[in-house]
Amino acid sequence: MEKGVLIMSTGVLGKVYADGEVIIQQGAAGECMFVIQSGQVEIVQSTDYGEQHLASLRAGDFFGEMAVFEKEVRSATARAVGDARVLKIDKKTLYRRLQEDPLLAVNLLKTMSHRIRVVSAQLALHEPDP
Amino acid sequence: MKLSSESSMLDSFASLANEENSGLTLSNGSRVAIIGGGPAGSFFSFFLLKMAAAVDLEIEVDIYDPRSFGHCGPAGCNHCGGIVSESLVQILAAEGINLPSTVVQRGIESYLVHMDVGSVAIQNQAGEQRIAALYRGNGPREGGESRWESFDGYLQGLATHKGAGVVRKLITGVDWREGYPWLRFADQSESRYDLVAVAAGVNSNFLNMLDGTPAGFEPPCTTRTYVCEFKSSEAEILRILGNSVHVFLLPIPRLEFAAIIPKGEFATVVMLGDDLDQELVHTFLNDPAVRACFPTDAVPCVCSCSPLINMGARKRPYADRMVLIGDSGVTRLYKDGIGAAFRTAKAAASTAVFQGISEEAFRKSFWPACRAITRDNAIGKLMFGTTDILKRFHFLRRVILRMAAREQALRSRKPHMSSLLWNMFTGSAPYTEIFIGAVHPGFIGNLVLNFAANAWRGLQWKKVS
Repeated sequence: MEKGVLIMSTGVLGKVYADGEVIIQQGAAGECMFVIQSGQVEIVQSTDYGEQHLASLRAGDFFGEMAVFEKEVRSATARAVGDARVLKIDKKTLYRRLQEDPLLAVNLLKTMSHRIRVVSAQLALHEPDP
Repeated sequence: MKLSSESSMLDSFASLANEENSGLTLSNGSRVAIIGGGPAGSFFSFFLLKMAAAVDLEIEVDIYDPRSFGHCGPAGCNHCGGIVSESLVQILAAEGINLPSTVVQRGIESYLVHMDVGSVAIQNQAGEQRIAALYRGNGPREGGESRWESFDGYLQGLATHKGAGVVRKLITGVDWREGYPWLRFADQSESRYDLVAVAAGVNSNFLNMLDGTPAGFEPPCTTRTYVCEFKSSEAEILRILGNSVHVFLLPIPRLEFAAIIPKGEFATVVMLGDDLDQELVHTFLNDPAVRACFPTDAVPCVCSCSPLINMGARKRPYADRMVLIGDSGVTRLYKDGIGAAFRTAKAAASTAVFQGISEEAFRKSFWPACRAITRDNAIGKLMFGTTDILKRFHFLRRVILRMAAREQALRSRKPHMSSLLWNMFTGSAPYTEIFIGAVHPGFIGNLVLNFAANAWRGLQWKKVS
């Protein structure tokens, strides 16, 4: 039998969210971040002008990290697009490891830096011409 | 404050400059040998190459392991219970290493604690499967063609993807000439390396080859464990064991800890204790609480082994151009050996790339990671000693069961006993943290209340009878 063809629900890590199911809700308190194991997750934000799509994330991407590093409520909503399997990472586990191994932060910083770059580029596109 | 941080920065630069002057640093073209292709060896290779690439350092990395993880049974096995702890699963994910479903045979969501006075299921507080049950090799004898991959093979794949080479040569000795380690092979050839990382574990003969080296390593203290595999159908294993690890706190003398771990069409039995022998194994396997956890059609012990585990750290698992990682050096007491391999391997890799490969560099940057584990193990010994006392008293076992069962039933927000049992059995938290939880006034208060309630019920029962 080809490896990986039959994937049983028992042999997986994390939690499976059904299509459209909310993983984190904007405005809610939270103390953990999430890593997508399989499937897709979309990040949306409710504004005065309606719901805005911020990003589509895939397996290996993480989200919810802002609430881990700041004592603020969730800034956006994350919900599954199709079935998505997501692993929760506790703030305590992450901080304990960061204290032992600050190099772990480089991995997180890389992604956060990339996101700032993307947002900067999007803002530049929307800037009115002088 | 400013002066102190400036002087510490100056010290670091001075130390790195000294290492560079003495030639005890990795530079472009340096050669690194890793002895052993298990988790410690693969994690070390992976992080060494990742960090080297980040600072544009081009090095050659060879992993020496004669085994192939494609073989079933002992030939491709690393003799282990096969659990990746909750904390390690999370940390690996944060590192970008997500264990695939082709490697994870069972995502564990609860631990079922069995005692002679009853059983209680301790659920994962996160409400999801965050512990991985898997096979380090390609599964036991009688496994046949499996749809799952070996965990060690998967990690080795990550290392080779980063650029490490796997050499299936048998090493027959280590020599030191002109200050460099030389590896000798069965085909009479030899090879010089700038750094040798020993990740051979305690079940390999390689550690004996280090006797004649200038490093003068002493072998760690070890004890034997017992691991055996029961075969049944996948559906039956799932029906009887579910997605739970079954642990046993039974008043059997010399037995420290025992567990049954469900995996595909097998169930792995792991036993830890003093002087484990056939008699003790037989007593355990025939205990009614244990027998109830096996499918009726299970074929017993299709594959078994009595591997050694590290019980005492080396005082100095490093020297100039040599470092011992994973079980070969320092590991956690009884639990989370793969987590300890990860921590020591990454600490050794970052030291080699950023601080140097001298004894002094390893002492400053690698040893603190090992020391944290050994200090935590001292608390662990105390905790396991206490558990041993608790196991001896029937009344205390009833109190533990009552307290944990009530917390689980009421979904208590502060489940003191459940957290303690969960962390002790899963190895997810440091022993120091578990100890702090055990001396917490909330825990002690609840324990006393449950103790009193149990005593009261006992008195009432006596009156009625």
